[in-house]
Amino acid sequence: MNKYLRFDWVSLFLYLILVGIGLANIYSAVYDAENTAIATSFMQKQLISLGIGLILIFLFQFIDVKFFERYASILFLVSIMSLLGLWVFGTEVSGARSWYTIGGFSLQPSEFAKVGVALALAKHLGGFNTQISKPRDYMGAFVIMAIPALLTILQPDPGTAIILLGFFLVLHAEGLPVFFFYAILCLLGLFILTLLIGSFGTLIIISVLATLIVVLQKKRIAKKLLRPVILIGIVCAAFTLSVSYIFENVFEQRHRDRFNILLGKEVDMRGVGYNINQSQIAIGSGGGFGKGYLQGTQTKGGFVPEQQTDYIFTTVGEEWGFFGTVVVLGLFTILMLRIVKTAYKQKNTFSRVFCLGFACMLFIHVAINLGMVLGLVPTIGIPLPLMSYGGSSLLAFSIFLGIYLRMYYQRIQ
Amino acid sequence: MRTRFFTIAIGLLSLVLFLRLFNLQILSDEYGNLSLKNSVLKQYVYPERGYVFDRNGTLLISNQPMYDLMVIPKNLKVFDTLDLCEMLRLTKVELEDRLYKAKRYSLRAPSVLLNQISKQDYAVLQEKMWKFPGMYIQRKSVRQYHTNVASNILGYISEVNNYDIQTNPYYVKGELIGRQGVEKTYEKILRGKKGVSYLQRDKFNRIIGPYKNGMLDTLPTAAQDLTLSIDIALQEYGTALLANKRGGVLAIEPNTGEILMSVSTPTYDPNALVGRERSTLFEALKKDTLNRYLFDRSLQGQYAPGSPFKVLNALVALEEGVVDPKMSFKCYGGHYYARNQFMACKCSPGSKNTLNKGIYRSCNTYFSNVYRRIIDKDNAVEENINNWHNHLRSFGLGNYLGYDHPVGQPGYVPNANFYNLWYPNQRWRGATIVSNAIGQGEILMTPIQLANVATTIANRGYFFTPHFVRGVQGDFIDPKYKTKRTTTISKEHFTHVVEGMADVVRRGTARVAAIPGIEVCGKTGTIENFTKIDGVRTQLTDHSVFIAFAPKDNPKIALAVIVENGYWGGRWAAPIASLVIEKYLKGTVKRKWLEQRMLNGSLEAEYAKVTSNKPFEINE
Repeated sequence: MNKYLRFDWVSLFLYLILVGIGLANIYSAVYDAENTAIATSFMQKQLISLGIGLILIFLFQFIDVKFFERYASILFLVSIMSLLGLWVFGTEVSGARSWYTIGGFSLQPSEFAKVGVALALAKHLGGFNTQISKPRDYMGAFVIMAIPALLTILQPDPGTAIILLGFFLVLHAEGLPVFFFYAILCLLGLFILTLLIGSFGTLIIISVLATLIVVLQKKRIAKKLLRPVILIGIVCAAFTLSVSYIFENVFEQRHRDRFNILLGKEVDMRGVGYNINQSQIAIGSGGGFGKGYLQGTQTKGGFVPEQQTDYIFTTVGEEWGFFGTVVVLGLFTILMLRIVKTAYKQKNTFSRVFCLGFACMLFIHVAINLGMVLGLVPTIGIPLPLMSYGGSSLLAFSIFLGIYLRMYYQRIQ
Repeated sequence: MRTRFFTIAIGLLSLVLFLRLFNLQILSDEYGNLSLKNSVLKQYVYPERGYVFDRNGTLLISNQPMYDLMVIPKNLKVFDTLDLCEMLRLTKVELEDRLYKAKRYSLRAPSVLLNQISKQDYAVLQEKMWKFPGMYIQRKSVRQYHTNVASNILGYISEVNNYDIQTNPYYVKGELIGRQGVEKTYEKILRGKKGVSYLQRDKFNRIIGPYKNGMLDTLPTAAQDLTLSIDIALQEYGTALLANKRGGVLAIEPNTGEILMSVSTPTYDPNALVGRERSTLFEALKKDTLNRYLFDRSLQGQYAPGSPFKVLNALVALEEGVVDPKMSFKCYGGHYYARNQFMACKCSPGSKNTLNKGIYRSCNTYFSNVYRRIIDKDNAVEENINNWHNHLRSFGLGNYLGYDHPVGQPGYVPNANFYNLWYPNQRWRGATIVSNAIGQGEILMTPIQLANVATTIANRGYFFTPHFVRGVQGDFIDPKYKTKRTTTISKEHFTHVVEGMADVVRRGTARVAAIPGIEVCGKTGTIENFTKIDGVRTQLTDHSVFIAFAPKDNPKIALAVIVENGYWGGRWAAPIASLVIEKYLKGTVKRKWLEQRMLNGSLEAEYAKVTSNKPFEINE
């Protein structure tokens, strides 16, 4: 087969379109009719990042996948070091020490750590003797995820930490015992329930459910079930109590507010609910086909905060309407599905897990970012991949794509 | 390996987000309005309010600039508060309070620090504005009156209140509306139609340019100027004549129905209700329940008409054929209309009065007899009084006249039902209600109705609905002001009454009203009136009233004058009417002695009696 035809032009094309849409909307979001220089400078910075990203993508096409596999641990270590280095060299921006400032550019090492973790996990799972169902192996995988997550939490940047923990989905897809999946679902459910109806109510529900499970069985089975049910019940109760303790005593007020607004327990559209309200107004007012490029009144008026970064999707929603948002959503979906498809065509585990890691990162970002913008999940400050303004994120995803494209190309060799 | 996991998860995520977007952008339409409210400022562009002229083209109302001192709290720097307070005549506390309110409203959007600064203050302030960064002066337009009379006719404008906004969707908060007088009646003509421009604003409420490049904007429609029928010189003269007296003068041009003057005293300078002192002055005017500045005596004052009403009874009697002009009644300085019920009269005992003499001597006995003949004819009192009532209604009595001024009163003319309530079982007849014969009794009329009666007699049987408007730029006048309203009295009967009224001035009760070279017709009146002092019904000095028209043939002016507590008609009302007629028809007044007496005459002492808390004499 012609070696150019073996290349995944489609994914590269999707990447370019999404970045292009992102650029156009960043321009609109920061556009000021009186001072176009501002928008232009934003453009320049983002274009420089894109340029570097494209160069990296191009260069990676000449690096054998084996190279990445061999040096994955080192790359992982480098990213851990870069996170640790923040304590010494990092710059504090709005309360979080997450940035290196080099010249006029800022770099956010936690973005690159995502690539590092993906590589490390891929290497770990691709190991000769590794079996994810074995406790020793999955504990190792957990450690790989936990170290950078812990470091980012301490910055503090809980958003990125949640993203890093999202690699759990890859482990699940790779065959992690299903217990963990249900356990996490169960704990998430308990978490929301506790916040909604308080720890006391949740405890009652737990005990009623536990009793019902035991009582409704036949006697023989009930006896067998009694001990595990009590055990699980106690764990759940402990979790519930700790959730309410953490929520009330460890969380800061702003975190509590975010949850309360989402759960509908608090309505304050001028104060803490401002972001989520304004972003929904912006998107909702776009209607079917939007208000037209550079015509968004919410966008022009600067009502949505952080619009060029985390809330870039509101510009799409307002100026391009339902048509625009569905196109963007569609492009992301196609890209993700394509990556997943490619993953399962890979011959070795390393490549497969890395591709799944890439897809997983896109998935978690899209889910949390769009969920936040559309008011489905609490406000968690993470960017929309490829589209949000910000060099580190774009570069990190470019690196992901570069390696991915090489894997696509190489699998048929 | 769970190879389907990611595919399913991605599919589910896309589905959830798609549905959410569909709900937000397609199904729900609440967000569109919210974003408009957020970010688009609807700003109105107002046409300049129309000017008002009098019948001779003299400018009465124009507009003048007023200045608001605006502040943008964020741009404020330290400034000399004392200096500013002095210029604005505010205390430091007041200033700080205003600044605090402005800050609380918005740091970045402008708010009014002090409104309606006069031209004089503006001149001083403007030179020192450089000292006060963060403040600027905004011009706006208010009314300017070029006369200090006629406030009762012109009315005033003020900001719309909640009621206006609810009842008329045209207005929004902060706009001006004609509140009284012709400003109110001709509000639509004078205000024009505002235009709209849409402006885009940002999250700080700052304007950042036109919305959609002004595509949705509309232009204002210019206001029209208004020409009134009043003669401002006459109005000023009438006001001067009524100085220090409470009362009203209302003159009508008989062959058009145009109101030439409408004086109500005491009055106030219309310019008083412009500017920053407006609310204090308005409150003061409103609270004065003795002078009742805001009460238009010539349109709203309901008085018993007194003797001028006799001419109406004469007309009805002639029309009904119950008297003959030559028929005479004997007067013994009064007469008994029932046992022990004597109605006095000024006639010398034994006089024989015909219709003519009855009018010019204002003989109570004569008109009592006439009235009893009207009511008691064929013993059908109910039918007769309703008939009489209908005749009077055709003169515009007992109802609103329909003129173009928002205030007014219908007056009252009783009918059979009214007396059946008072005197059930038919226990009433002409003699019972004989006070009506001489315009006391139950009848109530306003000066404009009296003037309109004079107009009708001058026209010998018809009138046009009185009106204040003479012309509108663009030519529209309500056709009802051009429509003749004919009374139920035949034209020939007026001749006798007009002759009688001419004799009133020639040799009767109002000889003082005679003007050399002009034949004035009139009828005096002296109205008994009562008030309650500390709950006790107390009679006050009679009102002086006079209706007149002139010249006798082809009349040019008809009017009614009422001077409260002025005693007899020939004392104040007739001279004032005569002077107004002379001024209007001849341009100048030759009878300086009479003019001086009226201009200088004061009834303040009379009015003071009521509030003196001491017993007092009336009709001194």
